[in-house]
Amino acid sequence: MAMETSRRGFLAAGAGLTLGLMLPLGRGRAQMTVAGPFAPNAFIRIGTDDVVTVLVKHLEMGQGPYTGLATLVAEELDADWSQMRAEGAPANDQLYANLAFGAQGTGGSTAIANSYMQMRKAGAAVRTMLVAAAAQEWGVPASEISVKAGIVAHAASGKSSGFGALTQAAAAQPVPEDPPVKDPKDFVLIGKDRPKLDTPGKTDGSAQFAMDIYRDAMLTVVVAHPMKFGAKVASFDDKAALAVPGVEMVRQISSGVAVYGQNTYAALKGRDALSVTWDESAAETRSSAELFEAFVQAAAAGGVPVEEQGDVATLSGAAKVIEAEYRFPYLAHAPMEPLDAVIELKSGKAELWYGCQFPAFDRPTVAGTLGLPVEDVRINVLLAGGSFGRRAQGSAHLAAEAAEIAKAAGRDGAFKLVWTREDDIRGGYYRPMTLHRFRAGLDDSGKIIAWENTVVNQSIMAGTPMEAMLKGGPDNTSFEGSTGLPYQFGARRIVWARMESPVSVLWWRSVGHTHTAYAVETFLDEVLEAAGKDPVAGRLELLPAEATRERGVIEKVAEISGWTGPTRDGKGYGIAYAKSFDTYVAQVAEVEDQGGAPRVTRVWCAVDCGVAVNPNVIRAQMEGGIGYGLGTALHNHITLAPGGEVEQSNFHDYPMLRISEMPAVEVAIIESAADPTGVGEPGLPPLAPAVANAWRAISGESRHVLPFGGAMS
Amino acid sequence: MTSFRVNGRDHTLDIDPDTPLLWALRDELRLTGTKFGCGIAQCGACTVMLDGMPRRSCVTPISMAEGREVTTIEGMEGPEITAIRAAWTAIDVPQCGWCQSGQIMSATALLQMVPSPSDKDIDHAMAGNICRCATYLRIRQAIHDAAKTLEG
Repeated sequence: MAMETSRRGFLAAGAGLTLGLMLPLGRGRAQMTVAGPFAPNAFIRIGTDDVVTVLVKHLEMGQGPYTGLATLVAEELDADWSQMRAEGAPANDQLYANLAFGAQGTGGSTAIANSYMQMRKAGAAVRTMLVAAAAQEWGVPASEISVKAGIVAHAASGKSSGFGALTQAAAAQPVPEDPPVKDPKDFVLIGKDRPKLDTPGKTDGSAQFAMDIYRDAMLTVVVAHPMKFGAKVASFDDKAALAVPGVEMVRQISSGVAVYGQNTYAALKGRDALSVTWDESAAETRSSAELFEAFVQAAAAGGVPVEEQGDVATLSGAAKVIEAEYRFPYLAHAPMEPLDAVIELKSGKAELWYGCQFPAFDRPTVAGTLGLPVEDVRINVLLAGGSFGRRAQGSAHLAAEAAEIAKAAGRDGAFKLVWTREDDIRGGYYRPMTLHRFRAGLDDSGKIIAWENTVVNQSIMAGTPMEAMLKGGPDNTSFEGSTGLPYQFGARRIVWARMESPVSVLWWRSVGHTHTAYAVETFLDEVLEAAGKDPVAGRLELLPAEATRERGVIEKVAEISGWTGPTRDGKGYGIAYAKSFDTYVAQVAEVEDQGGAPRVTRVWCAVDCGVAVNPNVIRAQMEGGIGYGLGTALHNHITLAPGGEVEQSNFHDYPMLRISEMPAVEVAIIESAADPTGVGEPGLPPLAPAVANAWRAISGESRHVLPFGGAMS
Repeated sequence: MTSFRVNGRDHTLDIDPDTPLLWALRDELRLTGTKFGCGIAQCGACTVMLDGMPRRSCVTPISMAEGREVTTIEGMEGPEITAIRAAWTAIDVPQCGWCQSGQIMSATALLQMVPSPSDKDIDHAMAGNICRCATYLRIRQAIHDAAKTLEG
């Protein structure tokens, strides 16, 4: 998630890019407790057993920052990969801010990009201290000491040591303020595949997530939420719930009615037995169909121009005008681990354990709810069982709910908040439902002379604590990817119409690009066809000379897919390109007609994300983005029934991609010396339009409504 | 009272006999490698072995486990799980990791029954296990790799 608007906003908020760029050392000498490890800075711990632990400031939710940030440290430390470990850094904005935001949080595919120099400098500083310690102990010049694969050595004297034995002496060394880092040509670890640090614990069941935390006398809590968005508790009857063995108490909180059980099953049974009357006076009662009617009217009425170039009035003189309307549904993220968190209150302090994605919002929210100073709230950031944007909450609603259940209990104790899959699917915070309208004009020669795109949807940031960052302007996350296109269209005009609804919305893996890439790249394909142009050659023609990275991924994917055109041997081939989060991706999908529905057999992917820190992780994220995007395009929509209740509830009616549907994937990573950019999200946007373009090639059918497998109710 | 063996040890639990085995394993025995994903046997994250056969623990009341042998990810032993874990690690199958215990249980059961599975066998055996991170290509590859290891 995240986008230019929020990044600018965070920076303007002043938490300090330059301060953050410096290592948070600042106290002269590194501190070392007698029993503890060598802790030269906020990010690195070295034990006497040579183990180097990197405190990773980004949430590990499968996208790879444990491995990525540890790689950056190990590279400059000249550590051996086998001695590296990673763990989540706790909530602390001063120490662990995302330098792209100015506050602690993970999103916008920024983990590697913002950490690249910071972690390398952290590693380089510690290397300098270890070398200085060795020089002192051995009585030799520091300049004669080398470090390689975790061994500090002095060739002339034959002395050598691991890191562990030097930690005590290193702790007494001054901390270098601005240590030199390597020339990229000297990289040993960056750019090569390495085993991921979190894999072993994820193959034997030992990896710890929030739901795996058990505290003494802990109660498990589930919350009855309203079935309609915007509804509130009017009254409730808890007699039957309290009669369930193991149910300890029932409390009203702002999001619903919380049931506290001695175990999970008791809490769930208690919630089933609960009777709640909801006040629906402010609830959304429109169906999805009714909402779309309002969207259509808004599109016709026009919105605010968010990008203009030239005058699209030339459309009236076009030789050919092509028009289209697109409809995209609400989508749930459905991470495999539903939302959950453990909170413990003890003697006026709160401690939490969960996969916290936005500590910058969550920690003050917990403190505010409980009336505690922020320093008395500790958040232990655990692994997260996926997120795809769901845990990155500007509203901090999960942290708030956890704090509220603890507060409502009225006593010290530990509480585990658990959302079921039904809570998750029906719980809102969806990818915004969106309508796109397009008009494009061609001249006699088939050249695009004007391009008009109206985007209609809710704002993700407005109505949340992030609204201030918009400064009254439009929310870029609503239309990013419709704007900023590299193609030369002659005149262009992009308009956004903002809708309002009590249905909560949130960023969903690749945010605005989830719908803009589909709409733009399928409409462009149709326009190119109308102009009699090949999808690959036609796109390349539209690129200006300076668009070398765009051209690079399109040409590469055409090459590895053996592109010959949209059909070959009865199969369809579609291409799509999207730049998201500063990463350039082009994909070609191979599609067969399986009884009137598309079956995607292969996908080729070219990605340019600058320096490839760990190619293995990049390939994995492209594969994952492709699978996530495909399952969604084929199967998923959240729909509201007349009256406003969500019609889906679990994986039987919100189905996920299965192994038999996963296409073969080939990924080509463009070699680059540019600063690294993210890969968690950018693999997703081109997939669905590539599939739709391939499907149109063999079926003649344009898909302007998603998902493929279900009509909007 | 429900008595059953879990990972080779006898347990007697004095809890509601309707309690899903998933929550008994987690809340009572603190075997947290078995995960909750859906509660309706749609995702496979909660897969355990019941008398050696894969079973969705989220829809299995503990009364059904009376007198029987349950094996969770923590208690798996033998050549198939060893080969599966090695193959999983070698190509870094997991991303977020939440579904992987279930994937590994299903994959191990497959290799115990079909030593050299075809892609179709894999599709069939793994169809009930959802991976939201879409690690499916690597799951397939790792199963083939593990099968090759077992062939020797």
